[in-house]
Amino acid sequence: MDLLMPIGPSHYLVLSALLFIVGTAGVLSRRNLFVVLMSLELMLNAVNLTFVTFSRVNGEMTGQVVALFVVAVAAAEACVGLAIVVALFRLKETVDLDMFKSLKG
Amino acid sequence: MIETVVFYILAALLLGMGLLVITRTNPMASAVGMIGAFAALAGLYLLQSAPLLAVLQILVYAGGIMVLMIFVIMLLNLRDEDMGSLRAKGVWVTGALLGITSVVFGQVFLVIFPTGQWKNAVLPEGFGSIFSVGEKIFASYLFPFEILSLLLLTAVVGAMVLAKRRL
Repeated sequence: MDLLMPIGPSHYLVLSALLFIVGTAGVLSRRNLFVVLMSLELMLNAVNLTFVTFSRVNGEMTGQVVALFVVAVAAAEACVGLAIVVALFRLKETVDLDMFKSLKG
Repeated sequence: MIETVVFYILAALLLGMGLLVITRTNPMASAVGMIGAFAALAGLYLLQSAPLLAVLQILVYAGGIMVLMIFVIMLLNLRDEDMGSLRAKGVWVTGALLGITSVVFGQVFLVIFPTGQWKNAVLPEGFGSIFSVGEKIFASYLFPFEILSLLLLTAVVGAMVLAKRRL
Protein backbone atom coordinates (compact mmCIF):
# COMPACT_ATOMS: atom_id res chain seq x y z
CA MET A 1 0.00 0.00 0.00
CA ASP A 2 1.25 3.39 -0.98
CA LEU A 3 0.26 5.20 2.19
CA LEU A 4 2.40 3.15 4.55
CA MET A 5 5.51 3.42 2.44
CA PRO A 6 8.56 4.83 4.20
CA ILE A 7 8.23 8.58 4.45
CA GLY A 8 10.19 10.35 1.72
CA PRO A 9 10.73 13.95 0.73
CA SER A 10 7.64 13.92 -1.51
CA HIS A 11 5.39 13.39 1.52
CA TYR A 12 6.79 16.49 3.15
CA LEU A 13 6.49 18.50 -0.06
CA VAL A 14 2.84 17.54 -0.49
CA LEU A 15 2.14 18.38 3.16
CA SER A 16 3.82 21.74 2.74
CA ALA A 17 1.79 22.47 -0.42
CA LEU A 18 -1.42 21.59 1.44
CA LEU A 19 -0.49 23.89 4.33
CA PHE A 20 0.26 26.68 1.85
CA ILE A 21 -3.16 26.17 0.26
CA VAL A 22 -4.83 26.35 3.69
CA GLY A 23 -2.99 29.61 4.36
CA THR A 24 -3.96 31.07 0.98
CA ALA A 25 -7.59 30.15 1.59
CA GLY A 26 -7.45 31.97 4.92
CA VAL A 27 -5.96 35.12 3.43
CA LEU A 28 -8.45 35.24 0.57
CA SER A 29 -11.65 34.29 2.35
CA ARG A 30 -11.50 35.87 5.82
CA ARG A 31 -12.37 39.44 6.78
CA ASN A 32 -10.85 39.52 10.26
CA LEU A 33 -7.44 41.23 10.15
CA PHE A 34 -5.99 38.94 12.83
CA VAL A 35 -6.97 35.77 11.03
CA VAL A 36 -5.51 37.13 7.79
CA LEU A 37 -2.21 37.84 9.56
CA MET A 38 -2.16 34.35 11.06
CA SER A 39 -2.90 32.75 7.67
CA LEU A 40 0.07 34.68 6.32
CA GLU A 41 2.22 33.10 9.02
CA LEU A 42 0.89 29.68 7.98
CA MET A 43 2.04 30.32 4.40
CA LEU A 44 5.50 31.36 5.58
CA ASN A 45 5.73 28.19 7.66
CA ALA A 46 4.73 26.03 4.71
CA VAL A 47 7.63 27.50 2.74
CA ASN A 48 9.93 26.86 5.70
CA LEU A 49 8.95 23.20 5.69
CA THR A 50 9.95 22.99 2.03
CA PHE A 51 13.31 24.58 2.78
CA VAL A 52 13.97 22.10 5.58
CA THR A 53 12.93 19.17 3.39
CA PHE A 54 15.34 20.09 0.62
CA SER A 55 18.04 20.76 3.16
CA ARG A 56 17.55 17.15 4.31
CA VAL A 57 17.53 15.84 0.72
CA ASN A 58 20.80 17.52 -0.17
CA GLY A 59 22.48 16.94 3.19
CA GLU A 60 23.34 20.63 3.14
CA MET A 61 22.42 23.07 5.90
CA THR A 62 21.85 26.17 3.75
CA GLY A 63 18.12 25.43 3.67
CA GLN A 64 17.94 25.45 7.46
CA VAL A 65 19.83 28.74 7.57
CA VAL A 66 17.37 30.29 5.10
CA ALA A 67 14.48 28.93 7.18
CA LEU A 68 15.96 30.63 10.24
CA PHE A 69 16.14 33.90 8.30
CA VAL A 70 12.52 33.47 7.26
CA VAL A 71 11.54 33.06 10.91
CA ALA A 72 13.27 36.35 11.74
CA VAL A 73 11.59 38.13 8.83
CA ALA A 74 8.23 36.70 9.95
CA ALA A 75 8.81 38.13 13.41
CA ALA A 76 9.48 41.58 11.93
CA GLU A 77 6.41 41.26 9.72
CA ALA A 78 4.14 40.27 12.62
CA CYS A 79 5.46 43.15 14.70
CA VAL A 80 4.79 45.81 12.03
CA GLY A 81 1.51 44.15 11.00
CA LEU A 82 0.15 44.22 14.55
CA ALA A 83 1.20 47.87 14.92
CA ILE A 84 -0.78 48.64 11.76
CA VAL A 85 -3.78 46.74 13.20
CA VAL A 86 -3.64 48.81 16.39
CA ALA A 87 -3.38 52.07 14.41
CA LEU A 88 -6.28 51.06 12.15
CA PHE A 89 -8.43 50.04 15.10
CA ARG A 90 -7.80 53.41 16.70
CA LEU A 91 -8.96 55.11 13.51
CA LYS A 92 -12.06 53.05 12.66
CA GLU A 93 -12.91 51.00 15.79
CA THR A 94 -13.08 47.76 13.78
CA VAL A 95 -10.81 44.99 12.43
CA ASP A 96 -13.13 44.08 9.55
CA LEU A 97 -11.05 44.34 6.38
CA ASP A 98 -14.02 45.38 4.24
CA MET A 99 -14.41 48.55 6.33
CA PHE A 100 -11.04 49.86 5.17
CA LYS A 101 -11.76 51.08 1.66
CA SER A 102 -10.74 54.75 1.62
CA LEU A 103 -8.19 54.02 -1.11
CA LYS A 104 -10.74 52.26 -3.32
CA GLY A 105 -11.31 54.35 -6.47
CA MET B 1 7.56 2.25 10.43
CA ILE B 2 7.34 4.26 13.62
CA GLU B 3 8.50 7.32 11.66
CA THR B 4 5.63 6.80 9.20
CA VAL B 5 3.06 6.72 12.00
CA VAL B 6 4.53 9.79 13.71
CA PHE B 7 4.62 11.65 10.39
CA TYR B 8 0.95 10.98 9.68
CA ILE B 9 -0.09 11.97 13.19
CA LEU B 10 1.86 15.22 12.98
CA ALA B 11 0.62 15.94 9.45
CA ALA B 12 -3.01 15.42 10.51
CA LEU B 13 -2.46 17.65 13.55
CA LEU B 14 -0.84 20.34 11.39
CA LEU B 15 -3.58 20.42 8.76
CA GLY B 16 -6.35 20.16 11.36
CA MET B 17 -4.95 23.06 13.32
CA GLY B 18 -4.46 25.03 10.10
CA LEU B 19 -8.12 24.50 9.20
CA LEU B 20 -9.07 25.52 12.75
CA VAL B 21 -7.17 28.79 12.22
CA ILE B 22 -9.07 29.73 9.08
CA THR B 23 -12.56 28.54 10.11
CA ARG B 24 -13.09 29.97 13.64
CA THR B 25 -14.87 33.31 14.01
CA ASN B 26 -13.14 34.15 17.28
CA PRO B 27 -9.52 35.17 16.60
CA MET B 28 -8.57 33.78 20.01
CA ALA B 29 -9.54 30.25 18.90
CA SER B 30 -7.51 30.84 15.73
CA ALA B 31 -4.51 31.82 17.83
CA VAL B 32 -4.74 28.64 19.88
CA GLY B 33 -4.98 26.61 16.66
CA MET B 34 -1.92 28.45 15.41
CA ILE B 35 0.10 27.42 18.46
CA GLY B 36 -0.93 23.79 17.90
CA ALA B 37 0.15 24.05 14.26
CA PHE B 38 3.54 25.39 15.33
CA ALA B 39 4.01 22.52 17.78
CA ALA B 40 3.23 20.01 15.01
CA LEU B 41 5.68 21.78 12.69
CA ALA B 42 8.38 21.60 15.35
CA GLY B 43 7.83 17.84 15.50
CA LEU B 44 8.14 17.60 11.72
CA TYR B 45 11.40 19.58 11.83
CA LEU B 46 12.70 17.07 14.38
CA LEU B 47 11.82 14.24 11.98
CA GLN B 48 13.73 16.08 9.25
CA SER B 49 16.82 16.31 11.48
CA ALA B 50 16.60 20.04 12.17
CA PRO B 51 16.57 20.13 15.99
CA LEU B 52 17.76 23.75 16.27
CA LEU B 53 14.97 24.91 13.99
CA ALA B 54 12.43 22.88 15.97
CA VAL B 55 13.46 24.57 19.22
CA LEU B 56 13.47 28.03 17.63
CA GLN B 57 10.06 27.37 16.09
CA ILE B 58 8.61 26.90 19.57
CA LEU B 59 10.64 29.72 21.15
CA VAL B 60 10.16 32.40 18.50
CA TYR B 61 6.76 31.52 17.05
CA ALA B 62 4.76 30.07 19.93
CA GLY B 63 6.65 32.01 22.59
CA GLY B 64 7.14 35.33 20.83
CA ILE B 65 4.94 36.03 17.82
CA MET B 66 1.80 34.27 19.05
CA VAL B 67 2.05 35.81 22.53
CA LEU B 68 2.31 39.24 20.91
CA MET B 69 -0.68 38.45 18.72
CA ILE B 70 -2.81 37.19 21.63
CA PHE B 71 -1.78 40.27 23.58
CA VAL B 72 -3.04 42.58 20.82
CA ILE B 73 -6.26 40.56 20.39
CA MET B 74 -7.00 40.99 24.10
CA LEU B 75 -5.92 44.64 24.03
CA LEU B 76 -8.45 45.54 21.34
CA ASN B 77 -11.25 43.78 23.26
CA LEU B 78 -13.41 43.03 20.22
CA ARG B 79 -17.18 42.78 20.39
CA ASP B 80 -18.87 39.83 18.73
CA GLU B 81 -20.15 41.89 15.81
CA ASP B 82 -16.63 43.12 14.92
CA MET B 83 -15.29 39.63 14.37
CA GLY B 84 -15.75 39.67 10.60
CA SER B 85 -17.20 36.58 8.95
CA LEU B 86 -16.26 34.70 5.80
CA ARG B 87 -16.47 36.49 2.49
CA ALA B 88 -19.07 34.64 0.44
CA LYS B 89 -17.49 35.65 -2.86
CA GLY B 90 -13.99 35.07 -1.46
CA VAL B 91 -14.74 31.44 -0.66
CA TRP B 92 -15.78 30.70 -4.25
CA VAL B 93 -12.88 32.60 -5.78
CA THR B 94 -10.50 30.82 -3.40
CA GLY B 95 -11.89 27.40 -4.21
CA ALA B 96 -11.71 27.93 -7.97
CA LEU B 97 -8.23 29.42 -7.82
CA LEU B 98 -6.84 26.68 -5.61
CA GLY B 99 -8.44 23.94 -7.70
CA ILE B 100 -6.97 25.28 -10.93
CA THR B 101 -3.59 25.92 -9.33
CA SER B 102 -3.30 22.49 -7.75
CA VAL B 103 -4.28 20.66 -10.93
CA VAL B 104 -1.98 22.65 -13.22
CA PHE B 105 0.85 22.87 -10.75
CA GLY B 106 0.54 19.19 -9.81
CA GLN B 107 0.82 18.09 -13.45
CA VAL B 108 3.81 20.32 -14.14
CA PHE B 109 5.43 19.14 -10.93
CA LEU B 110 4.97 15.47 -11.83
CA VAL B 111 6.37 15.99 -15.32
CA ILE B 112 9.47 17.80 -14.11
CA PHE B 113 10.13 15.64 -11.05
CA PRO B 114 8.89 12.05 -11.40
CA THR B 115 7.93 10.38 -8.13
CA GLY B 116 10.70 9.00 -6.03
CA GLN B 117 13.41 10.98 -7.72
CA TRP B 118 14.64 12.46 -4.45
CA LYS B 119 16.52 10.37 -1.96
CA ASN B 120 17.62 11.63 1.41
CA ALA B 121 21.36 12.15 1.54
CA VAL B 122 23.59 10.50 4.10
CA LEU B 123 23.97 13.07 6.83
CA PRO B 124 27.29 14.25 8.24
CA GLU B 125 27.89 14.16 11.98
CA GLY B 126 25.93 16.81 13.93
CA PHE B 127 23.66 17.81 11.03
CA GLY B 128 21.30 20.62 12.08
CA SER B 129 22.79 20.98 15.55
CA ILE B 130 23.26 24.44 17.01
CA PHE B 131 27.01 24.20 16.48
CA SER B 132 26.97 23.29 12.80
CA VAL B 133 24.14 25.70 11.89
CA GLY B 134 25.91 28.50 13.75
CA GLU B 135 29.11 27.73 11.90
CA LYS B 136 27.24 27.85 8.60
CA ILE B 137 25.62 31.20 9.43
CA PHE B 138 28.76 32.92 10.65
CA ALA B 139 31.11 31.43 8.06
CA SER B 140 29.01 31.75 4.89
CA TYR B 141 26.02 33.97 5.61
CA LEU B 142 27.41 36.70 7.82
CA PHE B 143 26.29 39.60 5.61
CA PRO B 144 22.61 38.51 5.32
CA PHE B 145 22.68 37.94 9.07
CA GLU B 146 23.83 41.50 9.71
CA ILE B 147 21.24 42.88 7.27
CA LEU B 148 18.64 40.91 9.23
CA SER B 149 19.59 42.76 12.41
CA LEU B 150 19.04 46.05 10.54
CA LEU B 151 15.65 44.77 9.37
CA LEU B 152 14.63 43.93 12.93
CA LEU B 153 15.74 47.37 14.12
CA THR B 154 13.68 49.01 11.36
CA ALA B 155 10.67 46.88 12.33
CA VAL B 156 10.94 47.90 15.98
CA VAL B 157 11.18 51.61 15.13
CA GLY B 158 8.42 51.30 12.53
CA ALA B 159 6.07 49.54 14.93
CA MET B 160 6.60 52.26 17.51
CA VAL B 161 6.02 55.06 15.00
CA LEU B 162 2.85 53.37 13.75
CA ALA B 163 1.27 52.41 17.05
CA LYS B 164 2.19 55.29 19.33
CA ARG B 165 -0.53 57.87 19.73
CA ARG B 166 1.72 60.91 19.95
CA LEU B 167 5.44 60.81 19.24
